[in-house]
Amino acid sequence: MKKFSTHLGIAAPLLKINIDTDAIMPSREMKSVSKVGLGKSLFANWRFLDRGSEKEKLNPDFILNQNEYLNATVLLTGRNMGCGSSREFAVWALVDYGIRVIIAPSFGAIFFTNCIRNGLLPVVLDEKIISTLSNQVVLNPQDNRINIDIEGCRVTGPDGIDHLFELQEGDQAMLLEGLDAIDVTMKLDSVINTFKAMDLIKRPWAYLG
Amino acid sequence: MANTLFDKVWNDHVVMEQEDGSTLVHIDRIFLHERTGSAALASIEASGRKIKTPSHVFCTMDHIVDTFPGRTDQTTMPGGSEFIKVTRDLSLKENITLFDLGDARQGISHVVSTEQGIALPGCTMICPDSHTCTLGGIGALATGVGSSECEHALVTETLRFTKPKQMRVIFMGEKQPSVTAKDMILHLIAVYSAAGGSGYAVEFAGPVVEDLEVEARLTLCNMAVEFSAFTGIIAPDEKVFNYLKGRPYAPAGESWAQAMEYWSTLATDQGAHFDREITIDCKDIAPTVTWGTSPQHAISIDGKVPALSSDDADSNHSMEQALIYMGLESGQMIEGLPIQAAFIGSCTNSRLSDLRVAADILKGRKVSTNVRAICVPGSTQVKLAAEKEGLDRIFLDAGFEWRESGCSMCFYAGGEGFISGERVITSTNRNFEGRQGPGCRSHLASPATVAASAVNGSITDVRKLEHLT
Repeated sequence: MKKFSTHLGIAAPLLKINIDTDAIMPSREMKSVSKVGLGKSLFANWRFLDRGSEKEKLNPDFILNQNEYLNATVLLTGRNMGCGSSREFAVWALVDYGIRVIIAPSFGAIFFTNCIRNGLLPVVLDEKIISTLSNQVVLNPQDNRINIDIEGCRVTGPDGIDHLFELQEGDQAMLLEGLDAIDVTMKLDSVINTFKAMDLIKRPWAYLG
Repeated sequence: MANTLFDKVWNDHVVMEQEDGSTLVHIDRIFLHERTGSAALASIEASGRKIKTPSHVFCTMDHIVDTFPGRTDQTTMPGGSEFIKVTRDLSLKENITLFDLGDARQGISHVVSTEQGIALPGCTMICPDSHTCTLGGIGALATGVGSSECEHALVTETLRFTKPKQMRVIFMGEKQPSVTAKDMILHLIAVYSAAGGSGYAVEFAGPVVEDLEVEARLTLCNMAVEFSAFTGIIAPDEKVFNYLKGRPYAPAGESWAQAMEYWSTLATDQGAHFDREITIDCKDIAPTVTWGTSPQHAISIDGKVPALSSDDADSNHSMEQALIYMGLESGQMIEGLPIQAAFIGSCTNSRLSDLRVAADILKGRKVSTNVRAICVPGSTQVKLAAEKEGLDRIFLDAGFEWRESGCSMCFYAGGEGFISGERVITSTNRNFEGRQGPGCRSHLASPATVAASAVNGSITDVRKLEHLT
């Protein structure tokens, strides 16, 4: 995973609540086991009209299709972002499309972890702050960019005002160092085996052949 | 110190507290399916790592396989065959137990997990599927994860979690006989919102929960994720122990006695702390059905589509969008709304008890001529047991399609789906836009409500059953 410390990007407000992973990555777009090249399917039901037919075209009303949001890398969304299905394809699609940061009042728990594991930063900020950021961004999306500093856990709006957010220390380290979670845990294999040896005495019935 | 049920299971799985505040938790069982498990297996294959304990890993084919009689590896879903073949090849290579097509143990992972005695009380279990929380219904600490986390659990037998806060939801009072676990969980989500459980592990408790049969408890916990909870869990009791005894992978002999001794400690202690407690009086719950595009858009069957009176602008906006998508207006009665399709199936409501309830209603009746009705048993075992009781005949005689088991039309993946604009009454768990087909309008309800509505051709109050023709 690539190291990730700061990001300055164009933000697109998509202020819907309960944006589910079916909407981010419709099941019918998941045509292969592969994680790559999924960006073209991101928000497919919203981004395209008549998807999959000869008449298919971009939906001009969808925010990511609008010129002023070209090359957006930050999403501002409503609460419970990424609820629903655990499909990591949703995060792989966001990353492949170029989204680096999502700012929301709350996230679906599985989606949140999936983001961290793929170097996509989920930032929790108050609804009112997101609304303020959105109001500033829409005035001039290409210039009114948002800056995110992972080390300082700080989002800086186009007006220069800082908003602090919380990020679990372990998640922060994973992103800053670009660590692979499995590599980190594999170093603890002997600790895990010691646990198992004791657990086998306590809960022998939980172990299968 | 007084502990909750969740504390007890959690504490016994702590491998290590991490300096960053997270906890390395031992994972006892891992279940995979061909949709997202295939990605985890392929990634392990590519990395050259190995599964730490293959005997604790199980896999099924449920998401992509067709459910037509005589099905093969070829599916109607674009690219579907690749998922099936990759899963089969890598399961064999990694030496994990696969319940493949044609195997009498095949079925939806969360149905098979309890049916085979793989999920157990006091065990931790993960599956790269959000409805893994279903298994809290027998007292397992079970949660859905992404493919990367699944890979982590396969390789290290652990996951890193931040311990969630804890909530207890107590269901008390008089529950009407026609009100099912599905109505209870939809009611909870309607009142406390689809984000109401965010950050919490939720214990379902109280006399009404204790009275629920095991399969109904699985339904209740199944939709904990629709409440945005980390998981749902219910204290295991005699009903659960009787249910599990003799199941293929459940402990047996001396091991059973040891398990029983341990399991009998799995209840919340008097005075244990919960960060939040909610009490629901079940007399307030009627058969419940959704009108919109989030599980929180649920109302009593005799209720009206709500007005936009909330002072929450975001919520209002989402309701407006939902009304447009669903072709409804505020103030409209939900009962009597014409439907074009009815679906009984999914990890929420496809077990034998669900099919029995629906069959009771369908016996001697016919599905309305305007309705396409489909029943998909949750597992091959459920299907065989239902056929032994003659339930298949009842469904078929009524005009339902009777399918092979799988997730089927709970979601649309480019294969089979309902038609745009079509209104479907469904025993599934998600009514998201396009979930069951582009433009399709899904109304979540219990199997009883689905069956009654299929007969009437419109959304029906199951309590008025005698008026059905």
